[in-house]
Amino acid sequence: MKKQPKPKLAFFDFTDCEGCQLQIANMGPALLELIELVDIVNFREIMSEDGQDYDIAFVEGSISTDNDVKRIKKIREKSKILVAFGACATIGGVNGIKNRTSLELAKNRVYGDKADNINTIKVMPLHEVVKVDYFINNCPPYIPEIITVLKCILMGKPYVVPNYAVCTECKANENVCRYEKDQECMGPLTRAGCNSWCINNGNRCYGCRGLVENPAVDAAKDILLKYGLKLEEVLQSFTLYNDPSGAKYDQEFK
Amino acid sequence: MTRNSSKINSKNVKVDVHYLTRVEGHGNIVVDVKEGKITKCEFQVIESPRFFESMLVGRSIWEAQHLTSRICGICACGHSLASIKAGEDALGIKPSDETILLRKLLLYAEQMDSHILHIYILVAPDLLGVKSILPLIKTHKPVIERALRMKTMGDYAGEVLAGRHIHPISYVIGGLTQLPAREGLEKLYKMMLEGRKDAKETVKLFKKLKFPEFQRPTQYMSLSSEDEYAMYEGDLVVNNKQKTKARDYKKLFTETMVDYSRAKIATINGRPYAVGALSRFNNNSDKLNKKAKQVAQELGLKAPCHNPYLNTVAQLIEWVHCLEESIKIMEKILKEGLDEKKIVVNSWPKRDEIGKIKYSPNTGVGCVEVPRGSLFHEYTIDETGHITQANCVIPTNQNIGNLEEDMRKIVPQLLAKKTQEEITLDLEMLARSYDPCISCATHILDVKFV
Repeated sequence: MKKQPKPKLAFFDFTDCEGCQLQIANMGPALLELIELVDIVNFREIMSEDGQDYDIAFVEGSISTDNDVKRIKKIREKSKILVAFGACATIGGVNGIKNRTSLELAKNRVYGDKADNINTIKVMPLHEVVKVDYFINNCPPYIPEIITVLKCILMGKPYVVPNYAVCTECKANENVCRYEKDQECMGPLTRAGCNSWCINNGNRCYGCRGLVENPAVDAAKDILLKYGLKLEEVLQSFTLYNDPSGAKYDQEFK
Repeated sequence: MTRNSSKINSKNVKVDVHYLTRVEGHGNIVVDVKEGKITKCEFQVIESPRFFESMLVGRSIWEAQHLTSRICGICACGHSLASIKAGEDALGIKPSDETILLRKLLLYAEQMDSHILHIYILVAPDLLGVKSILPLIKTHKPVIERALRMKTMGDYAGEVLAGRHIHPISYVIGGLTQLPAREGLEKLYKMMLEGRKDAKETVKLFKKLKFPEFQRPTQYMSLSSEDEYAMYEGDLVVNNKQKTKARDYKKLFTETMVDYSRAKIATINGRPYAVGALSRFNNNSDKLNKKAKQVAQELGLKAPCHNPYLNTVAQLIEWVHCLEESIKIMEKILKEGLDEKKIVVNSWPKRDEIGKIKYSPNTGVGCVEVPRGSLFHEYTIDETGHITQANCVIPTNQNIGNLEEDMRKIVPQLLAKKTQEEITLDLEMLARSYDPCISCATHILDVKFV
């Protein structure tokens, strides 16, 4: 049997903190195994080789400038498989908060009278601009899920991001519910898949995986209000990571 | 020889490095020499702007840590700690000594994690004449395994202490949301003891490597403290003078916007300055622990050192310092245990506390030494505890002006003896030696222009 050539893997980053790529570096021994299975041809953060011939593109960050739009379209053309990697790429991430104010105001707050030099557009997740084949949610990506998705890609299988709430995993981990502890939590509205990472560590869920498809918005709103939050703060909880889907709640909440 | 020496005649060199590699974020190096005269010498930050200072406005002070750790994947813990300190300063909250000890441990872990990434993965390929670590996996496998082992230790420390290293979970205003598990601490302690061997091997390797020769004295700014090699707290100093309280940082340096870049240029007394490992070493080397001092001696680094390429050597010395300090703290913790009552807090006010907390409008500043230098967060809150103004001063921004001064001095020296390709590589290595973190650097903020 003829040996199949290894697929070529490339990493690209847009508007973000580059933490997703670092999670790859943090995979430890699994990283050396990955290198056995694929050829990494482009990973600017750690290498100077600039491979332009690739099969699989891992793209992190959100689209936030005109140039970003052009660049992601080119990457889409060149790649057989495009993976949206991390919260900024899959759901807009914290960058989306910028969309809550006018672009002019955001520019002026940060760059003052030099604001005119800055090109910035509405923050978008990748799938609003190009077709995306695989989604790896979370901020930062959860390493076991990265490995699962890599396996699916290499075996040619689809990967479905869980569409049930973080609570499912949180209960299995035997955490005390944050609401029992008189704290608010986005767990009931947020897609599972992180193994309730933040709650396991004593914090609460902030919604970084994006909301489930049909979140019980009215119930959540009532409960959050009952827990002492103001309507504006409820909306802020919804939109910390989720501006593209959160925007539709602007109307519902008014 | 003057800076733009006219002795080098009729030489034209154009360096245009688009998207400098093996750094965090997007930056260009542009140098244009016409007939021996430098007409352009810039380090351009071209990262997409991210608007963190604007995003913070209107958000609760309790949310600031979660949000601002997302400024940077490498120094997420440093941003968290600067943010937490600024929040506590604004709210008038004092954390316990136990909490501060755990914060120092996390900060040391991040210094080690980031320094090792820079030393092995970003810089070493240049010194070994390859383009990345990937070819080294075949030719230098034990070196790469060692690098990954050292990297894993820093990262595991983040996981044990804060839930994860990238965007830490449990470190919040007032304390931690959960105590680190004893099992994890014990494993981490063992890894640290093993780390001593790897450090020794790394020092051995570094003795063989040759860094470019270049000297340019400048202003070195860092925190400094009577008690220790300052990282978590202290006063600001410049070449061990001009002692300034961290909260008065605006009195010490000024930031100016330039047209070609999305980062501001910072100056002290009208001149650029450097921050980072070399600055800390130059100001505080007498406060290093014994093992770190030994390594400094072995590697021949003496304060003050004026060669910016040796920032990487200073990082290795700091790695050893942080390891030994961490081992000390770990031994104390493992012996005495951790008192939950003094450490564990909620990340947010509880249901019955909301509405009862009295906030007064106030401004808080938090400064810590992160791998690349002094990091500042400053928040102003209103009477509801929401942020009305935010400012984050990033180490890389502070270094860019200094890097450009270095470039202006080194280019004429290189012109005399090197080809355009060699000059390009030397300039890339120079920029890389500062370990620039460009996605951080674009989060410029407060709106004061000169």
